[in-house]
Formats: sequence, structure tokens, C-alpha cells
Amino acid sequence: MFVTDAVVEKTIELEHNIILLQIFSPEIARIIKPGQFLNVKVSDSVFPLLRRPFSVCDVAGDSIFIMFNIYGEGTKLLSHKNVGDFINILGPLGNGFLIEDEYETAIIVAGGLGAAPFPFLEKKIKPGKKIISFIGGRNYRDVITYGMSSVLVATDDGSLGFEGNVVQLFQNHIGHFDKEKIKVFACGPNAMLRALQKLTLFENINCEVSTECAMACGFGICQGCPIESTSEDHKYLLVCKDGPVFNAKDVVI
Amino acid sequence: MDKIDLSLEIGGLKFKNPVLLASGTVGYGNEISEFVDLNKIGGIVTKSLSLKPRKGNPPQRIVETASGMLNAIGLANVGVESFLKDKIPFLKGYKTNLICNIAASSIEEYVECTRILTSEDAISAFEINVSCPNVKDGGLEFGNNLSAVGKITSAVKGVTRKPIIIKLSPNVSRISDFAKVVKEEGGDAVSAINTLVGTAFNIWTKKPKIFNVTGGLSGPAIKPVALAKVLEIKRKVDIPIIGIGGIMNWQDAVEFMIVGASAFQVGTANFIQPNSAELIIEGLIEYCKKMDITKLSEITGSFLI
Repeated sequence: MFVTDAVVEKTIELEHNIILLQIFSPEIARIIKPGQFLNVKVSDSVFPLLRRPFSVCDVAGDSIFIMFNIYGEGTKLLSHKNVGDFINILGPLGNGFLIEDEYETAIIVAGGLGAAPFPFLEKKIKPGKKIISFIGGRNYRDVITYGMSSVLVATDDGSLGFEGNVVQLFQNHIGHFDKEKIKVFACGPNAMLRALQKLTLFENINCEVSTECAMACGFGICQGCPIESTSEDHKYLLVCKDGPVFNAKDVVI
Repeated sequence: MDKIDLSLEIGGLKFKNPVLLASGTVGYGNEISEFVDLNKIGGIVTKSLSLKPRKGNPPQRIVETASGMLNAIGLANVGVESFLKDKIPFLKGYKTNLICNIAASSIEEYVECTRILTSEDAISAFEINVSCPNVKDGGLEFGNNLSAVGKITSAVKGVTRKPIIIKLSPNVSRISDFAKVVKEEGGDAVSAINTLVGTAFNIWTKKPKIFNVTGGLSGPAIKPVALAKVLEIKRKVDIPIIGIGGIMNWQDAVEFMIVGASAFQVGTANFIQPNSAELIIEGLIEYCKKMDITKLSEITGSFLI
């Protein structure tokens, strides 16, 4: 974990209000894993007061990338950063995806901005393994396929690809896979993750989900981001420290 | 110039400097120790401990507000027994004052927690939380009640020789009345303030932003309130005060000392800049140099009105 002032190298506006920020941070780039996140202070002042968590989208050399949409005041400020500006980042935080498991095909299931962690995941999955991505959104404007290959798209309104949700789309394709040889990596809205969790548990498919919760610190001290475990005592785990990536069988979404 | 003395004493307990880490903002020390050398700070106040473990509130527990944040964690903690077994060994490795914060839903539970913990040598003092706004039983019910605060103070004093600090609520009409009762009942110090009760609503869904509906407001937004409460206590009651409320930097810390704080706690700042406490110590030394002060504790209550 580092707290470091990092230089903004590039701000790339992808389509539809989605920003990709390239930040120079060799120490974090060297050790961060797909699914881990950074907690970013978007200003020097007390407005906004808290850091903003972003999963790492990609790493290239000494640079790390985060992807976000302009949603509130924090992300608006962040989108206005110029090349050469410093931002204070804390990371890498949390546990990422386990990509070294025994599987032949990685299935990515993402909804909306849930696509953010997957360009890096694709890059880190060993050659020889197949990767197929199912990407969903409410409409074509929500579908983010940046940095991903072999993509199948679903939109709620049918404006792009399959008409319906992304979990239904994946379910329609399950018959093509050997269930014991695939692993699902997912990120997206809770309703999507819940449906996927139900499906993968029923089908007995190994599935990891990246979860989200409002948090302050990002490393376990504020206790602000509980998620209920499926263990006998139903204890709370922390999204920031025990997650944000969990096996779908381990948490109540 | 001679070496600057940052030390102070409260209830016979010596602190190497007035910088303490506030309860509920540093867990049991292990995570924050990656950023702060705990040996350098005056003390660490644990997350509130109760007799039995508490799961805490469901999410959402936190929301940011203007220059502050609301939290309703609900006193999630491992309980006294697990604290002694699993958390103390780590904390024992540091030369700093370990202050156990205790939360309870009855006077008997406060006493029982204190009695169990006091035999642990690594624990230097107790901070009694009579003012958590986020739990149904205990918490503010005690903090709002002068006679309950008095009874709790004398009851816990009865089972330990270690200093007792009562953490006061700002959600009362006259905080100095509570400090007075603490002094009368033998308490060694008060810490002020705990969070202010607040809430925030989503205007589109018309629902509260946090599960508990209300939460405790902390951060820079509450600093002026906290300063006024510390000043009120200082002017009316002769008891050491540990100032808390929106301290983000050394300037804030000095301000608290000037209005009457002997020591202070850094809370919300830890979430944002986890090494805040160390930066504050460095700032205090520079301040002393500039002001030609050799003993920092001289500025406590040095306000000119």
C-alpha cells in the first residue's frame, strides 16, 4: 500500500461521458492486480472530503488507468484534471480476481461501468486460455467494450446486440461451455450480480464477483463497507479489505 | 533552542505528545500502522469494545456531506474477550498509550468490560463512550442523562485504578454540566466531542442515505462546534479535556489546545490521509519553534478573550 502523489499523464474521453485517466505511478503499476482498487483524493481541499474508490482498469508500463463516468462532484473534478496535475492516490487496495485457478475459458460478465476492471484482467490471463466477454447495459450508450475482445453484447432495450439482460445472454450460451472448465469474472450493478450468483451457484460454475459499497478509508479502519458472508454466523466482511472481489458463493449480494 | 517538550500528563498517565488516534477511526491499530509509526504518537484509542461482539449496522453505513461525513457503523466490534486474545498481542509491540474505548447498554456492562480489561497491563486508560448516536440501547440515552453519566463514571472508577476518560456528547444543551458531573464522580478527564447527530436524504427516492436513518457527523464541518464545546468546558470546569472534532492538520490541533484541550484526537482525517497524526506532530514542533515555546502544554487554555 502506498500513499503517493501521482502525475496525470492523459485524460481520454471515451464515448458517452466515460473518462479514462492515465496516471504515472511506477510503484503501484508494478504490484497492482486485476480487481484491486485505488482510493483517489480528487482535490487538495476538504471538498470533496473523502477519497473516491476506482478499480484499476489497466496497467501499461509505469502507468495505471482508471475508468469512470462523470456522476457527481468528485468525478466531475477528476475529469477536469490536466496533464501534469498531481492527484493523491492510495493503493493498491483490496483483493483482486484469482486468475491462476484451473480453468480453460475465462467468462467476463459486466454491466455498464462494471466493465472497468476487465481490460487489465484480459491482459493478465495467461495465453492459452480463452476469454469471452458478455457486456450489458440499459441501452447502447451504456455498453463499454474498451480493451476487450470476443465480446457479446446485451441491452435492456435491444438497441445493441441481444435484447435482454447480460445474465440471460450468458445463460443462453451456457450450453456451449464445459461448466467444469470455465470461470466467470463479474462486475456490475447488484441486481446483475445477484442474478449471476443465482445462476452460477445453480449450475455449479466457479464465479468471482467484484462488489461495491460506499466507503471512506478503503483499507479497513472506518468499517463503513460491510457485506454479509454466507458463513454460518452471517458475519459481515468488509468490501474494501476482504473484497472487493469475492467468490459468488461466499457473500450475500 | 532546547529540545521541544510535547509531553503532558492526564490522570497520572504520561503522554509523549498530545496526538491521539480517535476511537472508531483506526480499528485496533494494525491497518493504520502501515502508515503511522504508532511509537511516535501519544496514544491510540481502540474501536469501542462491548462485552459481546457486535455485528454493527447493515450498509449503507457512510455518506459524505459538506466538509464532513455521516457514519452509522453501529459499534461493530470483536468484543472484549477476542480483543484481549487476538488484538492485544499486536498492540503490545508498541510504546504508546493504549486507551480502550468501552461502549455498553447498561451500567453493569460498562463495569464488567472495565473490570475484565483492567488486568491487562498493556492497557493504559479507558475512554467510556456514553455518547454513541448509532445504537438503540445505551449510547446517547446515557450521554443525555446527567445522573447516568455520573453513575457510570463512579461505577467504572470503582473497578480500576487506571485513568477514566468520559467521551461526551455534543447533542446536549450544556456540555459543561456533564463535565462537572464527571469531575465530581472522580473521572480523570473528558473527551469532547463525539459526533453530532445528522442525516441526509436522497431527493429522488425520498429515502435516507444511510440505513440507520441518522448517523454521526464528523470531519471539518463540526470543528467550530467542537471548539465551542471545549471552550465551554474549559471555562466552567477544572478537568483535563481531550479535544476531538474535525482536526485535519496541526493548525486545527493548536486551535483546540488554545481553547483548552490538553490533548486531542485525530479521527476522520485518518480515513483521508492515513499519516495525518505524524504530519501533525511535525507541524506542532515547527509551531513551537516559531512561537518560541519549549513546552507545548503551556498553550493549553491560553486563549485571550
